[in-house]
Amino acid sequence: MTEGAPKQTLRERRALSESDARSEPLALPLDAWHRARGGRMVPFAGYSMPVQYEGIIAEHLWTREHAGLFDVSHMGQLTLSGDGLDAAVEALLPIDLSTLKLGSVRYSLLLDENGGILDDLMVSRWRQALYIVVNGATKWDDIGFLREHLPDAITLNHLDDRALLALQGPEAFAALERVVTGEHPLSALTFMKGGRFAIAGIEAWISRSGYTGEDGFEISIPADNAAEVADALCGQPEVRPIGLGARDSLRLEAGLPLYGHDLSPETGPVEAGLTFAINKRRREQGGFFGAETILAALRNGPERKRVGLALEGRLAAREGATVHAGDAEVGRVTSGGYSPCLGHPIAMAYVAAEHAAEGAALELDVRGRRIPARVVPLPFVPHRYHR
Amino acid sequence: MSRYFTKDHEWIAIDGDEATVGITDYAQGQLGDITFVELPSEGASVSKGDSAAVVDSVKAASDVYAPASGTITAANQALADTPELVNSAAEGDGWLWRMTLSDAAELDALMDEAGYREYVEGL
Repeated sequence: MTEGAPKQTLRERRALSESDARSEPLALPLDAWHRARGGRMVPFAGYSMPVQYEGIIAEHLWTREHAGLFDVSHMGQLTLSGDGLDAAVEALLPIDLSTLKLGSVRYSLLLDENGGILDDLMVSRWRQALYIVVNGATKWDDIGFLREHLPDAITLNHLDDRALLALQGPEAFAALERVVTGEHPLSALTFMKGGRFAIAGIEAWISRSGYTGEDGFEISIPADNAAEVADALCGQPEVRPIGLGARDSLRLEAGLPLYGHDLSPETGPVEAGLTFAINKRRREQGGFFGAETILAALRNGPERKRVGLALEGRLAAREGATVHAGDAEVGRVTSGGYSPCLGHPIAMAYVAAEHAAEGAALELDVRGRRIPARVVPLPFVPHRYHR
Repeated sequence: MSRYFTKDHEWIAIDGDEATVGITDYAQGQLGDITFVELPSEGASVSKGDSAAVVDSVKAASDVYAPASGTITAANQALADTPELVNSAAEGDGWLWRMTLSDAAELDALMDEAGYREYVEGL
């Protein structure tokens, strides 16, 4: 998987590891914890992170059947606070904050003036602040953008003294419930709700959310105590540590886009199938970055759409593979790989709207070979959120 | 039977006029779970350094280069149904193809087993 490489040769792989050694990725709070558990560390988003422990397929299937613990501490955790907070944030994001209740979590987008996607993010309502989680590779740009465009009355804090873990899978609730204490029972959290708890005596902000399509939780804790929390969670029989490799294959099966691949400044929310992130009142009123372009795309329909593709055979198509209908090139793959749950390769691609209907028969060019593929609904594997 | 290794993590074992080629155990470990292997056609001629096969893993597709020039005499058909053989037995049953060599002197530039193990240690 290693972000962004559609095809690597063993030769390039060697060159990569050499150059990465020179640029020295930063260590995250759980660096030693991962190494002690056999995590194979690779550079990712400027950090050294575990790509796998026992193997990507085994970790992937374990998460779908039991519970996996992911370290996502590379992601940016921010808070915004100050007078006029909601109005200031709504001037940027297409979110309706009037309907975001205390403890609720919502998916939103950071957009540029042309309606291109600068990042995708999660916004939670805290008592005195909005808590925002952004992607690791984009967090510095996001912070710069927010500082530039938010008024001086709004304070942005980068919570770089906190680690972020995700516990995902059908047994995540049972495992977490055993080690968590809080004002409310853990069962009070439904999908996209969060609250304050303690794990092994350590304060934690926990939301019922994630990036695998499974029920699960995202857990923000002080970086200094991250190993204690990770130990408490991995001490549960349902839980194993899971690397970035399975994180990518799980989110692909769940049809969830990955920023920098399926989303970029060159893609807009409507063609990306993320119109749900343009909240209803904001569609009617506009007044957010890129509103003109996006509202026009909503009215007229997008020229291309992000679709799921099921491939014939076993050869996977990866980012950059072109999509063809007969002689015409009609799109491009943005993510692809083998689906451990389905047993065949799958991909996400942007495809011209007239070829994007469910069932459309297309072909992918994979290294000069034409691979038959069919448009299928997303997600590839059904979501099992606890609503 | 002597076995040679390349810096790109292929091995080639010589047995009389025929050679067997695969990727090393180190390489399969780096690639992770292998899901598909694209093999060369029997009768195809390859030059040293040509991409002769592709190993597709959960992480990425990787070219496998011919360690020497010659003609493909067989491809390991067992990999069509069980590509994971390359993970479990990279330097044995997970071989990729067999070939005859057109210039045995090309092997002189490759490493022997001890040399390769030392090379991998240094990576």
